[in-house]
Amino acid sequence: MAAEREEKPPMKTDVLVGIRNLVKHFDISGGWIEQLKLDAGRIRRKKTVVKAVNDISIDIHEGETVSVVGESGCGKSTLARTVMGLYPPQSGEIYYRDQRIDQLSESQLKPFRARMQMVFQDPYASLNPRMIVGDTLREPIRFHNPGISGDELDGKVAAVMEQVGIDPDWQNRYPHEFSGGQRQRISIARALAVDPEFIVADEPIAALDVSIQAQILNLMMDLQAQHGLTYLFISHDLSVVEHISDRVAVMYLGTLCEMASARTLFTSPRHPYTQALLSAIPRLGKAFSHKKLSGDVPTPIRLPDGCVFNTRCTYARERCRRQIPSLIALSNGTRVACHGVEDNWVDA
Amino acid sequence: MDKLLSIEHLNVDFAMRTGPLRAVNDVSLTVDKGERLGLVGESGAGKSVLGFSIINLISKPGYIQSGRVIFQGTDISSYSDEQIRQVRGNRISMIFQDPMMTLNPVLTIGAQMRETLHAHGSMSEAAATAICLEKLKKVYISSPHKRLSQYPHEFSGGMRQRIVIAISLLTSPALIIADEPTTALDVTIQAEIMDLLLELCKNENMGLLLITHDLAVVSQVTQRIAVMYAGTIVELGPTEEIIHKPQHPYTRGLLGALPQKASGRGRLNQIPGVMPGLAKIPVGCPFSNRCSLVREVCRSTRPTLDAKKSGNQVACHLVDQG
Repeated sequence: MAAEREEKPPMKTDVLVGIRNLVKHFDISGGWIEQLKLDAGRIRRKKTVVKAVNDISIDIHEGETVSVVGESGCGKSTLARTVMGLYPPQSGEIYYRDQRIDQLSESQLKPFRARMQMVFQDPYASLNPRMIVGDTLREPIRFHNPGISGDELDGKVAAVMEQVGIDPDWQNRYPHEFSGGQRQRISIARALAVDPEFIVADEPIAALDVSIQAQILNLMMDLQAQHGLTYLFISHDLSVVEHISDRVAVMYLGTLCEMASARTLFTSPRHPYTQALLSAIPRLGKAFSHKKLSGDVPTPIRLPDGCVFNTRCTYARERCRRQIPSLIALSNGTRVACHGVEDNWVDA
Repeated sequence: MDKLLSIEHLNVDFAMRTGPLRAVNDVSLTVDKGERLGLVGESGAGKSVLGFSIINLISKPGYIQSGRVIFQGTDISSYSDEQIRQVRGNRISMIFQDPMMTLNPVLTIGAQMRETLHAHGSMSEAAATAICLEKLKKVYISSPHKRLSQYPHEFSGGMRQRIVIAISLLTSPALIIADEPTTALDVTIQAEIMDLLLELCKNENMGLLLITHDLAVVSQVTQRIAVMYAGTIVELGPTEEIIHKPQHPYTRGLLGALPQKASGRGRLNQIPGVMPGLAKIPVGCPFSNRCSLVREVCRSTRPTLDAKKSGNQVACHLVDQG
């Protein structure tokens, strides 16, 4: 059981997963006929590229929970999937315990797949409706341990179901016979079945009701304490992130704006976007006091010049429209990408 | 006359092959003039069905089995389709969750707005346009003239929802029913939309029935909150009281499950189990199979929603019993 945990001092443990300068773009221009565009009286062939993740570096240390927050379309799910190797990155590197894994072949990657597992958002879509849950759980174990005996396999499935609070006698049932919360438990069991060290959870509770969310979050925290798991947690729900994370990364339009320990980030956000985002969290029984953002999120097809946030930032100056800010480390450990914080024209 | 809307002992059933299932069970509720009431519950609690049945929008196999819905002094639950159409979208407006589904993608914003006005009274095209512009300004849409000839896909999610709000305002309704109006939106947009709804309700003295699963949102906007569970209202009271002194074990559990209530990084309080389906609601108190305080009486007798010492109305045998 996870008792009250003190915030761990950052950067003491070993880096389990290292993300260096990761870039992921998607070409959505389609066939060559669709690429033809009329440009100043001439027909040109033009590619349309969505710049989903731009130059992101994050180190994830063993045993910690790192959360990535941001609004829809900011590239947080793309980041998670690229780290898992579900998308090949455009450029940049991904390390697992000092071994570079982003260029490995499928067969070379296989041992890492067992150590890195993923839990998806929608438990209705991520379980095969035509497979009984026992088979869903047996499949990955057999895949990663080809020589396993039948008894051992059954014992492992029963044990993992027990751990997530599902009666092992129910393994002959189909996913539709379970509630949403139970299905998410089964998804977590499937990830746990191959004894991973690192779990990427992409909005694991977004589709669930409040009372069920609490059950799943408690389960995830318990499992982390029992197995020493490392989590990369993707969420748009800031109050959940505040509760479960050691460190939090804030993304906007494919770019990392700010990264800090959860406590520091939520008590003293520095980036103007983080400040606006945190002030918009609805707080129980408190009147609205959010910092209004003007305008809409620009499209990731045509990123603004300079700082990606400059079109909506109330502090934006000439330099912000010209030069992309790089992440700088502040004295309290926060890393932030903002010219205004660097040159002291943004309020703390 | 103070009461804008009063729902009296409303029962809504769904006719299934196995017999009727009760989705809304003996609900009584009032909304005063200009009052903002929140209706909170988890999915399947029956809050949307209740909202829909006020303006008779429930479709087959659902039907109002018994009870009355009195709006501005008249019982509208027995209105014919023709009569209710005069009320719906006119004196009572509704805002739905997903603005992309609510707006017609092949009509301009202007056409959709004028259509609403013409459906509820004859007026010249120029007069209709003037009202449309006025309402678009109220929801802070910039350059409204240009916007009238644009299609829904040309707007962002937040702007679409503001246009939906503008449409609901066209006929200057006395009551707005908003069913999860910000669930499909990001937090920054959600804060903006809720702020706008609050401002409009105050300025126009409109009543608001806000249906949502988000306790934090509802606590910021409404004056009173009704908590729904498995088709019944289990607790009803002023927002402050519900948030800070919840009485019903379910309300307490729901609030305790919120991460922002938890101190530090400890475990969250969780309510065991899940809400039962309509066919499996326990006899007696509907919450009895998940309640940690359950006693014999809870399993046999259904508690009624009564005023308790704390001031809240609570449907629980154990409150005030120590």
